[in-house]
Amino acid sequence: MTTPHVDSVKTYAAVWIALLLMTGLTTGVAYIDLGAFSVVIALTIAACKMALVALFFMHVRHSTKLTKLVVLGGLLWLAILLSLTMADFATRGWLGA
Amino acid sequence: MVSEPRVETLALREQFNTAEQQKDASSLGMWIFLITEVMFFGGMFAAYTVYRSIYPGVFGAASRTLNATLGAINTAVLLCSSFTMALAVRAGQLGRRKQIMAFLILTLILGMVFLGVKGYEWNEKYVEHHIPGPAFHMEGAGLQDHAQLFFSLYFAMTGLHALHMVVGAGLLALLLYQTYRGRFSAAYYTPIDMVGLYWHFVDIIWIYLFPLLYLIDRHGPRP
Repeated sequence: MTTPHVDSVKTYAAVWIALLLMTGLTTGVAYIDLGAFSVVIALTIAACKMALVALFFMHVRHSTKLTKLVVLGGLLWLAILLSLTMADFATRGWLGA
Repeated sequence: MVSEPRVETLALREQFNTAEQQKDASSLGMWIFLITEVMFFGGMFAAYTVYRSIYPGVFGAASRTLNATLGAINTAVLLCSSFTMALAVRAGQLGRRKQIMAFLILTLILGMVFLGVKGYEWNEKYVEHHIPGPAFHMEGAGLQDHAQLFFSLYFAMTGLHALHMVVGAGLLALLLYQTYRGRFSAAYYTPIDMVGLYWHFVDIIWIYLFPLLYLIDRHGPRP
């Protein structure tokens, strides 16, 4: 049996600190008026945090190609769910009453 | 043939060629389960996106009534618990039984702290009449019904998230018992790894819930 990739405590600690800093950043930036741009920033920071948790804590970077494909496929289906739903709601008014 | 009570161990089951293949299959199965969970929560995120796009002002005002400081603290608590869970899995990889127990206990405690803070916040909502229903009342918002939509989503999403935390806490307690009984070693720690994946997934859901519920429009006027 091949030994698993054992990441160092240092690596995990660095990811943990980065996650805490990004939590502070997303909280702080919410108090600044950026108009419609603030939701973009909030979601970008959340996506970065998700990527760190998935790649390091959930070991996706050491996973098999099949597992990586399943993870990306899942995100793709979520994107389809959200974008098709919004494509409907955003365009309902176009035809008039 | 008298067989001992069947206990799953590191033993390679007959449908697999190698222990590595067996472990990869477990990981893949867990990920596919997590993807179904993503779609489950995804439906609620879709409902949230639709209503927030229709009533952005009311959602912003309702969001400002939430306690962002407690929300941020709870986010940090949950991230710390993910860190300790990752270290528990690492201890599993190295077969260090005492370390596994220590990190599982820490993770469990942090999970309980999260749920405690959440319970305190829910009680605040009760006191402020922010629970959807006949007693609902929100100061300032002209559109009570639309504010109730926000709080319905708030309770559905944080409630379902908290339910996942409770399930996770139960799984951690089970792992603690099994680790205490000496079930895991460097050669077999798959259950710790799988519960770790679940725990981190629940963390990721909260990573999105926190800004989407608490931080919609913090710079606007306080109600």
